[in-house]
Amino acid sequence: MSQTAKRVRAFRLNGRAHEVLVADNVLLLDTLREALGLTGTKRGCDGGECGACTVLIDGTPRLACLTRTEECEGHGVETIEGLVENGRMSRLQRAFHERLGTQCGYCTPGMVMAAEGLLRRNPDPSAAEIRAALAGNICRCTGYVKIVEAIEDAARGAP
Amino acid sequence: MELLPPFHVATPGSIAAAVAAGQDHAASRFIAGGTDLMVNLRHGIGDPATLIDLRGIPELRHVSAEPDGLVIGAAVTLAELAEHPAVASRYPAIATAAAAVGAPAHRAAGTVGGNLCLDTRCIFYNRSAWWREANGFCLKYQGDTCHVAPTGKRCHAAFSGDLAPALLVHAAEIDIAGPGGVRRQPLAELYAEDGAAHLSLAPGEFLVRVVVAADPWPASYAKARARGAIDFPLAGVAVALRRSGEEVDGLRVALTGTNARPFLLAGTDALLGAPVSPAWLDRLGRLVQKQVSPMRTTLLAAQYRRRVAAALAQRLAATLGGLDAVGRAA
Repeated sequence: MSQTAKRVRAFRLNGRAHEVLVADNVLLLDTLREALGLTGTKRGCDGGECGACTVLIDGTPRLACLTRTEECEGHGVETIEGLVENGRMSRLQRAFHERLGTQCGYCTPGMVMAAEGLLRRNPDPSAAEIRAALAGNICRCTGYVKIVEAIEDAARGAP
Repeated sequence: MELLPPFHVATPGSIAAAVAAGQDHAASRFIAGGTDLMVNLRHGIGDPATLIDLRGIPELRHVSAEPDGLVIGAAVTLAELAEHPAVASRYPAIATAAAAVGAPAHRAAGTVGGNLCLDTRCIFYNRSAWWREANGFCLKYQGDTCHVAPTGKRCHAAFSGDLAPALLVHAAEIDIAGPGGVRRQPLAELYAEDGAAHLSLAPGEFLVRVVVAADPWPASYAKARARGAIDFPLAGVAVALRRSGEEVDGLRVALTGTNARPFLLAGTDALLGAPVSPAWLDRLGRLVQKQVSPMRTTLLAAQYRRRVAAALAQRLAATLGGLDAVGRAA
C-alpha cells in the first residue's frame, strides 16, 4: 500500500496505552478497523461528510476518515467500544436503545460519540445545542427526532 | 474511496524549521487540519512525497485579542476562533464565519490558515480519480478543458472558504513565511481570479498569522448553502458598515463562493453619505449582482447564487444600517 516507512506510534485507546506500527499515510479509521479490529467505528461516506466515523480525540469529536494515525501520537482516542462500562452499555447508549434513537444503526456509533463529546462538555444541553453538536452526523432512517430525545434523556439521567 | 498516496509527514517545531523543510523537500505540501487536503489526496489530486504539518509551531497556535488589535495564528482551529470570547464579542463577523464552516468535527480539526488557503471547488474537480479520468480530467488539474466554460481559457472553480470575506471587510493583513523571510501584505492580495492558481503563495511559502486592526466597524457574515450544516457556501457575504448619525460613512462588502477568489466589492464609495433605505439596498444589490460571477461549479444554478449573494448583502446591510432584514424601519 505504501513505500512509506512504518513507525511505532503510541497513544491511549479507550483508556489503555497502545502502540501501533504504522506508515504516515494510514488513516485512523483504517488502523481502528483493520489493524485493531475495532469495527464499531463505521466507514460511511469516507470523505468527511457524514460523521459515521466520529471518534473522540482528547475528548473532542473528530472524523477518523480525515485523521492520520500518526496525528494521534501522544493523544487519547476513544471509540464506541470504549463507552461500555463493566460489559454494559453506557447511559447514553441505553438511551439510544430505549428511545429508538437507532434504526438501521449505521450512523449510531458516530452519533453516540458526537453526543458523548457534547455531554462531557455540556452535561445539560438544550435541544438546539444537541442539534448543533450533531450537525455533522447524517442519519437516513430516524429523522433525528428520536436521536435528540435520546440524548435529552441521557442528560436527564434517564433511563 | 482510494487509499492515500504514499507520503512522509514532517513536524517542524518552528517557522524556520518549517521553511527549511519546505526547501529540503521539493514535492511537499504544507498541511494543518487536513479536512480538505486529505480528501483531495484520496481523490488522486496531488501526490506530495512529504506533508509538512504546521500545527507543532507554537507561534501559529495563538489568538491574541489585545486593545491594539487581533492576531490569529494560522494553525488556530476554527472551533478555537469561533469560541474565543474576545473574538465573539468584538469581531462577531469573524466568529460567525468560523462557526459557519462545516460541522463541529471539521472545525475541531480545520484551521484558519487552511480555510484561507482552501483549494477552489467545482463539480468537475471534487471527484474521484476514475470519475475525473472518465471525463477527460479538467483544466484545473491534469486536463486541458474547463467543462464549466469549454471555450474559455481559465479555470472557474469557486473559492469556498467562509473566513476570508469576514477578514477582508476588516481590512486584515497576513504574514507569509518563506525562503525570503516573513512578509506582511493585505489579505486581499493573497488571491487571484483564476480557479487553478488562486493563491499568490510562492513555492515554500505558508501563512503564519492574520492581523486585524482594533476598533473594527460593525460587521456580520451570512452564507447560503444546500443544508444548514457541513456544506460549503453557495454564496457567502460579509458586510462591515459604519454610520455617522443615520448616514453610512464606511462600507465594505466581501464575497465568497461565487468567484475563483474571495473579493471586496468595488464601488461601495458611491453608497456613502446616505442612510440605508430600500432604494439604497437596491443599489447595493445591483452592485453585487454586477460583480459576482458564479458559474456552473455547484449543483445549484449560477443565477440563484448571483441573486442569493445580493439578497444576503442586502439583509446584512439592512440590519447593520438600523432597518429590519427586509429593509423596513426596525
